[in-house]
Amino acid sequence: MTEPLLHVRQLYCERDDRILIRELAFALGEGEILQIEGPNGSGKTTLIRILCGLSDDFEGELYWRGQPRHRHDDRFRQEHLYFGHLTGIKTSLSPRENLRWILQLKGVAQQGEELDAAIEAALAAVGLASYEDVTVYALSAGQKRRVALARLQIEPAALWVLDEPFTAIDRKGVAELEALVQQHAARGGSVILTTHHALDLPGLRRLQLGLGGGKWQIQ
Amino acid sequence: MADPVKRLSTPEVPSLWQGFTALLRRDLLIAFRQRSDLVNPLFFFIMVIALFPLGIGPEKSTLEKIAPGVIWIAALLSTLLSVDSLFRQDFEDGALELALLSPQPLFVLVLGKVVAHWLVSALPLILVSPILSVMLFMDAETVKVTLYSLLLGTPVLSMISAIGAALTVGLRKGGVLIAIIALPLYVPVLIFGTGAVQAAAMGMAWSGQLAVMATFLVLALAFAPFAVAAGLRISTSG
Repeated sequence: MTEPLLHVRQLYCERDDRILIRELAFALGEGEILQIEGPNGSGKTTLIRILCGLSDDFEGELYWRGQPRHRHDDRFRQEHLYFGHLTGIKTSLSPRENLRWILQLKGVAQQGEELDAAIEAALAAVGLASYEDVTVYALSAGQKRRVALARLQIEPAALWVLDEPFTAIDRKGVAELEALVQQHAARGGSVILTTHHALDLPGLRRLQLGLGGGKWQIQ
Repeated sequence: MADPVKRLSTPEVPSLWQGFTALLRRDLLIAFRQRSDLVNPLFFFIMVIALFPLGIGPEKSTLEKIAPGVIWIAALLSTLLSVDSLFRQDFEDGALELALLSPQPLFVLVLGKVVAHWLVSALPLILVSPILSVMLFMDAETVKVTLYSLLLGTPVLSMISAIGAALTVGLRKGGVLIAIIALPLYVPVLIFGTGAVQAAAMGMAWSGQLAVMATFLVLALAFAPFAVAAGLRISTSG
C-alpha cells in the first residue's frame, strides 16, 4: 500500500469554549476526494485552515507523506494549493498580473514568456480569454472568482484544499470545476473541499461535522 | 475548462529572489494604479513643513534652528501615516494567507513588501526634502547631510513601523496602536538623524552620526523582517 498523502490523528479543536472537533482521524490517499460537510458554524473553515497550516490552534498530529508535517513544512507548502473564501486577488491588477505574482510566490520554475503563455492558457480555460489585461475591479464577482480558480489549471500541487470553491460560480462553471477536480484525482492528486453542493464524483468521501460535542462521521 | 492545460512545475528549492521581486513588483504596480498611496504621504510631508513658518513666523534665525527637527518629525509622521495600510489590504483580500502558505520564507516576502513601501512612501519625501530644506534656510552643506540622513534613516523607520503594522493587522482599528508600538523605537533614529543635520549646520563633523544610522539600517534590514514575519503569523493564526 502506498503512503497516504495526508494523515490526521487525534485532532482536537475548540473555539470559544465550544468543542468543534474531537479525536478526528482520517487518511487521504492519492486520488481521493474528501468533502467536508456540516451546518454553518460547525467548523468546516476552521478545519480547512488547520489542515493547510494557517492555524496552529489545535491539538493532534498531522502527517504529510508519512512525515510529521511541522518538520516538513517546506515540502508541504510546495505541494498543496489553498483556495479560501478570500482569494487574494488584487482588484487593481489584471488577471494576468494577479496569476503571475501568485505563481511566482509558489516558486514556479517557468519565467518570463513561458509563464505568460501558461497564464494565458489557464485564463482561456476558465473563460476569461479576452480579459487578461482588464483590471479585476471591472470584472463581475463570478469572473473574479474564476481568476482565482485559474490557479487550479496550472499551479503544481498534489493536494488541493478548497474552501467553498463554488461560491458565485455559474452552473456551467460548477460542472467544469467538478470535472477539473475529478481530473486532478484521476492524475493521482487528492482534494479536500467544503461545499453545500451535492457532489456526485467517484471515490468521494464525506466528512460530516457538527453532530454535537465535536462528533464526526465519515461516509 | 475544456482541454487540460499544461501544468507548471516547481524546482526543489524556490528562488528567493523570485519571491522578493514578485511582491516588490506587485506592490509597486498597485501603488502606481492607486495614486493616492503615492501622493498622500508626500502631501502630508510638504504641508506639515509648510505650516511651521506660518505658525512660528518666518525669521531666519528661528527656522534655521528648528529645521532639522521639523523635517525629521514630518518624515517620521508621514511614515506612520502610510504604514497602517502596509499589510491591511493583503489581510483583507486574502493575499496575506497566500504569502504565509508560500514555500518562500516569509521574511524574504516581508522584505519585498517593506522595500516597495519605502520606495512608494519615503523616497518621494527624500527627493523633495532639499526644496523644503532651502525653504527653512538651510545652507547647501546642511541640505546634503539632511538628504544623507533621510536616506539612511527612513528605511529604518519603515522596518520598525512594519513590525507594528504586522502586530496590529488582525485588529480592526490598528492605527493608534501602531503609533504606540513604533514611536518609542523611532527615537534613536530621530536623535541621530537630527543630530547629524544640526552638527552640519554648526559646521562640525557629522560622519559619526551617519555611521551610527548606517548601523541601525544594517541591523533593521537583518533582523526586522524576522520580527515582522513572526508578527504576521501571530496576527493571522487562530
